Amino acid sequence: MPKINKDSTLNITFVGIGLCLLCSAIISFIAIQLRSVQENNVVLDMQKKIVSSAGLDEVYGSVENAMSNIKTLIIDLDEGEIVDINPDTYELSKELREDGKYKFLSAEEDVASIKKREKYSKIYIEYKDDEINTLILPVRGYGLWGILYGYLAIEGDFNTVAGLEFYEHKETPGLGAEIDNPTWKSLWKGKKIYQANGEVSLKVIKGSVMKTSNNFSYEIDGLSGATLTCNGVTNLIAYWMGSDGFLNFINNLQKADV
Amino acid sequence: MIENYLNIFINAIFIENLALSVFLGMCTFIAISKKIEAAIGLGIAVIVVLAITVPINNLIYNYILRDGALAWAGLSDVDLSFVGLISYIGVIAACVQILEMFLDKYVPVLYNALGIFLPLITVNCAILGASLFMVEKDLYFGESVAYGLGAGVGWALAITILAGIREKLKYSDMPEGLQGLGSTFIIVGLMSFGFMSFGGIIL
Amino acid sequence: MSKYSEILFRPVFKENPIALQMLGICSALAVTSKLYPTLIMCVALTVTVSLSNFFISMIRNITPSNIRIIVQMTIISSLVILVDQALKAYDYETSKTLSVFVGLIITNCIVMGRAEAFAMQNPPGVSFLDGFGNGLGYSVILIILGTIRELFGTGTILEYEIFPLVQNGGWYVPNNFFLLPPVSFILIGLIIWALRAWQKDQIEEPEFRMSQNSPEIVPNPPPTPSSKASS
Repeated sequence: MPKINKDSTLNITFVGIGLCLLCSAIISFIAIQLRSVQENNVVLDMQKKIVSSAGLDEVYGSVENAMSNIKTLIIDLDEGEIVDINPDTYELSKELREDGKYKFLSAEEDVASIKKREKYSKIYIEYKDDEINTLILPVRGYGLWGILYGYLAIEGDFNTVAGLEFYEHKETPGLGAEIDNPTWKSLWKGKKIYQANGEVSLKVIKGSVMKTSNNFSYEIDGLSGATLTCNGVTNLIAYWMGSDGFLNFINNLQKADV
Repeated sequence: MIENYLNIFINAIFIENLALSVFLGMCTFIAISKKIEAAIGLGIAVIVVLAITVPINNLIYNYILRDGALAWAGLSDVDLSFVGLISYIGVIAACVQILEMFLDKYVPVLYNALGIFLPLITVNCAILGASLFMVEKDLYFGESVAYGLGAGVGWALAITILAGIREKLKYSDMPEGLQGLGSTFIIVGLMSFGFMSFGGIIL
Repeated sequence: MSKYSEILFRPVFKENPIALQMLGICSALAVTSKLYPTLIMCVALTVTVSLSNFFISMIRNITPSNIRIIVQMTIISSLVILVDQALKAYDYETSKTLSVFVGLIITNCIVMGRAEAFAMQNPPGVSFLDGFGNGLGYSVILIILGTIRELFGTGTILEYEIFPLVQNGGWYVPNNFFLLPPVSFILIGLIIWALRAWQKDQIEEPEFRMSQNSPEIVPNPPPTPSSKASS
């Protein structure tokens, strides 16, 4: 084998192009091979969060079974009506970038500090014997370090909480991130959202809830060392359950079948 | 929407400080923080490089790589985001190289001050990290300029503070094993706790 | 034979990339609050550094010297992309936890450092071992950190309860302090101290060996009898 001059222009070009081609071929091949598995993972992960927010994975035994009883719908938040948009193409991040599909919130309106609210929202409804059994609503609000994204599940009376699950947040590990703690999440089940006069009263308080408290069914134990995260959760409930959030839709559901 | 940009800028400096909250660029952060002049020089170089590369990578991501971004070329269902990493690092390496040659030719004063730090910057994870965070946050072009600038200022601020503390600390009598590296780590840890108190600021 | 074990184990204790050479600490800090993601990160880095050393060494004789950095970078980035893609496909949960830190392996100085310092001069087999050894050295520190932080922070190791928690009727109140990110700095500081108490030759002179960037030498601290110091 003749000794090659490795610093010749020819060799530089050859090695450069050869390496680029080889690497890009390998990467592209692997990426395409793995594409479907990855996309599947993303969908499965989201479904898992949706289902477990309402504890339906235990009811139905598996995420798949639960999903087959859940209907995905797009609603117009201002009107509170279901709109005819294919839920598969809906993506929150895209909605918030497209002019006319979101509105800016004024400081008074913006209880949850989210700045923009989408016009259309993707919600999930679980039917049991053709009756609405659980309503799963996407909620978000600012915590301590960033926006908390989650699902709030409400039972068929549209007032009792079935569960709460956050799927994305940046809270401090060990403090605010305890919103993922199963023990804390289990506190939510059975709590009530609205007072008799229609006011949103569900909130996370400081310290523990007294059994004897008048507001026992409207209060959740606070997480120690995570006051701002807890306030964030309270605010996001207040916002999304209020008239700017899903209240119109819930009222419509209660009045008649939508 | 000036407040939005300001918000991103301040957020990047204090709340998501690259060095003290996400711990990026630590190798150079610790190695070059012995002297305050060197630290400031490196800090400025990082600001410049971040303010250039983050917006460029933003354009590359938004118009070439992201899912459906090639619609303008008639390829609307092509998703190239898997080559993101290599594209960003390529852009960074190229920018640093061009910047170095440009400074050398036209602004020799600046080249003398920053030149030695520029090669170090290509392998500084803060630079690549900022681009990756920009993608994760899904920023617009304008926002990415604010973010890049803010992230750079935050990093520069952190290294300057650390250098200041270390200059004082070299006169202290420490246990032998803790001298140098050991104590520096602990100081950075304490500084980082300090920066945690910026959490919760919403502009 | 001993030459190979020397290459493999030297970086673990004697020349630990994190504790002595200060390389690759960026990613070491943010991912260690739980042991499981830490282990995945270690595997990801070890695979990358071993293979990149191997491939770079394989083509070292035809690599033109003026574009060698970019050649190394290309190989390393390609490997990292592969690792990243594989992780997204087979362990999605962890890949979400590690987020950008897998990508940041590209700029991890250990990988570039070994490629430049070792793989460019040595045959592929030995380079692979060297990369593997450095990956191990990195992993040792990370695993120590991850174990301490998870054990004291949540009372568990790999989600398996070691200290019975108060909330489950035990005695241990989790010390959330250990889960906070800055703690890893303080722990690394202490690990370095411990390592230097054992390997005396690693102790830095007060002048602190610095790169060529700082011309003058720092004077000794005034009261300095170094025999007196040390606890």
